[in-house]
Amino acid sequence: MGDENELLLNMTGITKRFGPVVANDRADLSVRTGEVHAIVGENGAGKSTLMRVLYGLIRPDEGTIELRGRPVRITNPGMATRLGIGMVHQHFMLIDRLTVAENLVLGMEPRGRLGVLRPGRAERAVRELSTDLGFELEPDTPAGDLSVGARQRLEIMKVIYRGADLIVLDEPTAVLTPQESAELFRIMRRLRERGKTIIFITHKLSEVMELSDRVTVMRGGQVAGVMETAGLTPSRLAEMMVGRPVLEQLDKPPLEPGPVVLTVRDLAAADDSGAPRLRGISFQVRAGEIFGIAGVEGNGQRELVEVINGLRPAASGDIILEDRNLSGQSPRRIRDRSVAHIPEDRHGRGLLLDFTLWENAVLGLQHRRRFSRGWLRIGAMRGHAGRLVEAFDIRTPSIDIRARQLSGGNQQKLIVAREVEQDPRLLIAAQPTRGVDVGSVEFIHRQLLDLRARGKAILLVSADLEEILTLSDTVAVIFRGRIVGRFPAEEADERTLGLLMMGREENGDGSSDGAGRGNGAGSAATGEGS
Amino acid sequence: MKRRGGQYLILQILSPAAAFLLALGVGAVIILALKENPVHIYTVMFRGGLGSVDGFGYALFSATPLILTGLAVAFAFRAGLFNIGGEGQLYIGAFLCAWAGFTLAGLPPLLLIPLCMLAAALGGALWGLVPGLLKARFGVHEVINTIMLNFVAMLATNFLVNRMFKEPDQMIPQTREIATTAWIPRLAPLARRLGIGLPDSNPLNYALLLSLIVAAAAYLILFRTRLGYEIRAVGQSPGAARYGGIRVGLILVLSMAISGSMAGLVGVNEVMGYRHRFLDGFSTGLGFTGIAVALLGRNHPLGVVLAAVLFGILNTGALEVDIFTDIPRELVMVLQAVIIICVVAGDMVFRRWAGRRMK
Amino acid sequence: MIIWNLIAAAIRLATPLSLAALGGVFSERSGVVNIALEGMLLNGAFAAVVATHYSGNPWVGVLAALLVGVATALIHALVTVTFKADHIVSGVAVNLLALGATQFLCWVVYGNSGNSERVIGLEPWRIPLVDRIPVLGPILSGHSPLVYIALGVIILAHFLLFKTVFGLRLRSVGEHPLAADTMGVRVILMRYAGVLISGALAGLGGAFLSLNTHYFVKNMSAGRGFIALAAMIFGKWTPFGAAGACLLFGFLEALQMSLQGGGIPTQFIQMIPYLATMLVLVSAVGRATPPASVGRPYLKGSE
Repeated sequence: MGDENELLLNMTGITKRFGPVVANDRADLSVRTGEVHAIVGENGAGKSTLMRVLYGLIRPDEGTIELRGRPVRITNPGMATRLGIGMVHQHFMLIDRLTVAENLVLGMEPRGRLGVLRPGRAERAVRELSTDLGFELEPDTPAGDLSVGARQRLEIMKVIYRGADLIVLDEPTAVLTPQESAELFRIMRRLRERGKTIIFITHKLSEVMELSDRVTVMRGGQVAGVMETAGLTPSRLAEMMVGRPVLEQLDKPPLEPGPVVLTVRDLAAADDSGAPRLRGISFQVRAGEIFGIAGVEGNGQRELVEVINGLRPAASGDIILEDRNLSGQSPRRIRDRSVAHIPEDRHGRGLLLDFTLWENAVLGLQHRRRFSRGWLRIGAMRGHAGRLVEAFDIRTPSIDIRARQLSGGNQQKLIVAREVEQDPRLLIAAQPTRGVDVGSVEFIHRQLLDLRARGKAILLVSADLEEILTLSDTVAVIFRGRIVGRFPAEEADERTLGLLMMGREENGDGSSDGAGRGNGAGSAATGEGS
Repeated sequence: MKRRGGQYLILQILSPAAAFLLALGVGAVIILALKENPVHIYTVMFRGGLGSVDGFGYALFSATPLILTGLAVAFAFRAGLFNIGGEGQLYIGAFLCAWAGFTLAGLPPLLLIPLCMLAAALGGALWGLVPGLLKARFGVHEVINTIMLNFVAMLATNFLVNRMFKEPDQMIPQTREIATTAWIPRLAPLARRLGIGLPDSNPLNYALLLSLIVAAAAYLILFRTRLGYEIRAVGQSPGAARYGGIRVGLILVLSMAISGSMAGLVGVNEVMGYRHRFLDGFSTGLGFTGIAVALLGRNHPLGVVLAAVLFGILNTGALEVDIFTDIPRELVMVLQAVIIICVVAGDMVFRRWAGRRMK
Repeated sequence: MIIWNLIAAAIRLATPLSLAALGGVFSERSGVVNIALEGMLLNGAFAAVVATHYSGNPWVGVLAALLVGVATALIHALVTVTFKADHIVSGVAVNLLALGATQFLCWVVYGNSGNSERVIGLEPWRIPLVDRIPVLGPILSGHSPLVYIALGVIILAHFLLFKTVFGLRLRSVGEHPLAADTMGVRVILMRYAGVLISGALAGLGGAFLSLNTHYFVKNMSAGRGFIALAAMIFGKWTPFGAAGACLLFGFLEALQMSLQGGGIPTQFIQMIPYLATMLVLVSAVGRATPPASVGRPYLKGSE
């Protein structure tokens, strides 16, 4: 008879401040042995911070941790590991240049005399765990060559190798297709059967409902509530997450497509290391339409967006804007042709973090007459920034602060404001709401729909299927650099999209084949290029 | 989140000031170890540069080239470039300046003086251009390249002076004198007319004004022009700059060229305003001291000017100490290096402390 | 005949370079850019002479050089790893400090800041059987002991870096410090280790420089620390690669010295190593990538 109500972990009063920001505010967390416990909250609620405290990556300012009834002080990940805590991070902690085996054993290396490595033992460990868990990982593969799913499996292997009893997963499905997520859930259930205790962080309510026994809701650094999952409804959960009744109500008037604005034809391009990433993509976007491209990251989306914006040369193919061929043009020229771009990397591309808001407000436009003629027209720039802040409700004390002092959501809003305000003929939005708080997400979505209503063309690239499905008029799936499926939004559903994102097609009988190998009968509409 | 630019500014001044004091402290320890009295030594040192009009004049004269090399480093820094090649750039610039000075001797001063200045700037620009091009085109880091070119420049000018343009019948490795029409007059006469008792023997000359003008120009370019906006953007984040339509490669090349040209203008003070010829090896590490000046001045033109003046005072003081006490002038070299280290380390400490309070 | 002399000279000239380059490998593999190799070489050279001068024993000089190299590296490590300042700026600062300090102390000890007095060097080692081999003998045998030590260090470095736990952890810290941290590797410790090792090695290289010529001359490193960096890059951040590149540079320097006195002006010949370095750097572009996280300060918990 297991003592299932025994507390494995008890975190009490955890407080952590980063400057004036209180990431965790007297947060409590109690986890029972053998349960699957979910921690939910929107972006910035403090979930990751709490787990990093648990794993010893951060030291809390206040609070205590008890493990198996005994107080512990976890000052570094080494200690956490020794205490039986393992963590699978949201951004994988893998060293690309080292092999699978090296990544597995790092920090707990099998050693001989004088600290010499024993690679043979490491290899064996990889094979044993691989078989045991049902993964397929070869010891000699450089970690950088692994697919996203495989990387996650390696992370889980690392945790098991270290004998963890308590496994923490931070937003594990963020980078997975629905099918891969389902596979992950199966693994998690299998681990639970072996007596492991699991904590997982997510902002997807469906996962909470499906997997967890209990859930802790966090909001603004504090714990808003702890509940048994059985008997909980998604709307109640959402309400607790946001603190008010939530309804994302988006008015999406019917599609009134205008003329074709963007034509992409047989576009091919390579990534930075020269490997082909786009292998012949073709599609069209019309005025007044949102064309959504779904896909797991790493299938060519980044290269596609960069090529269209002139940030990367195309190996072949054409990009035609209305009647002009944009291929090979510089980013400035393309922008001057009324193409705006919300980049997926707001820190690395979208903003100059140490520039002020008014300097950032004209990034990409600084050469225009209204903002400079040799000399900068600072007054005009400031006026412009003021208008953006006002119109897009960007929370800031002044336009003179540096961009890095804004919150993530406000930074994104600034970028969206800047790009949308240009009233572009074509807007390219790449992961426009990633890492953004719910309120800002709604706002940004409404801005995109607004643009659409004004007859502009929008190319939306996102790994967030919900976002794609909510906003798009036409949905396409990109896989390994090709479009493998394309349909009007009404015909798209998560399941089909998920399969396509993984490179599989659905057959009429519910089974699935690798894309391109399926027969014609019963398969979902396929795009070209498979 | 209610913080404004003002507090940032206080920080910009506090950090280098603290570093300077810390360095003086370290210097005091060294002096004590040599069984001398730090108070006495420092008194002598500051008396040299600040105790008399003549002394301050020397300090400003010493600061003039430092303003330029400091600006060179600071300007390049703003573009994210490490220009350690100031030494080489100033040698090439100064040589070209001297060459123009004795080759184009027939021209009237109104033409010759600007031409010689242009030659100095061009020489430095050229020498800065090479690492800039290598970086823009091949992505090769400029640190090692600029340092290598320093050696090449010193060897090249050494060759040119000793084998080709040497003053005939002389042992000293220096070129012929430049035409008198290319000489830049000293400031002493003007100073005396303004009531400042600067003796005629003081080498301070109008090149100081040139340095200040260049500093003003650097400020205007960086903060008031589109070019400056783009340079600073590239320095912060080349990725974001590219996104913003900026031609990163071109900016890198331009920045190195401008930076080099500033260092090259040292020739104006040295060749046109002081020696009236090119002396092999005349620079006492001006390029490297420029790095210290830029760091202390927080890479801002105004800061650079102030820091250069401070170093000028230190240099003058070093000579004084060397003459009147048993401490060698090299102590100042040590002090300067300690200042940089303190600035660099202290800066991060300050920034993180402030960053936490400012967010 | 000449070519064999050249090779022997190349080995000799490559020694301080390879020691410094090895130092660079360790430092950069742990994630810290080390422009300060030049300063560490210089300090080591000075320390070796002074210690030999006062103790009468060149090996004491070697030890002193090693320790001073470590001390110099400690400054760089403190500023970059603990204070998290820019690596290149710190390196430049350390170089300036070394320049000033060696001249200053030279004055203090010897009364002039230009050069020291003569000191005895290390006795060359004859390897018993090897030196009988007809052609290779004089090349392989009869070098300063530091040459053989350097050779041993190169092999040891390769082993340490790629076959031991320490090496694996060091490399992981230079590639992805956050990941290494989550695996329990002590990032700060590893980076200090990398930098201090580079100081020890560069200091050793400096000892060779001064003891071999029996003098300390101001600024005698003459850019070798930077050339060593170029060799490291060309050698893809591996001990054997870096050493091989240094041999090439050594050969060039030997060539340069033998060409002097011929028709071409000496200044141009002396430029050869520096221009070659620039050429090497251009050719190395795209050939190898540095450790992924080199040059970036490690800020825990704020990612």
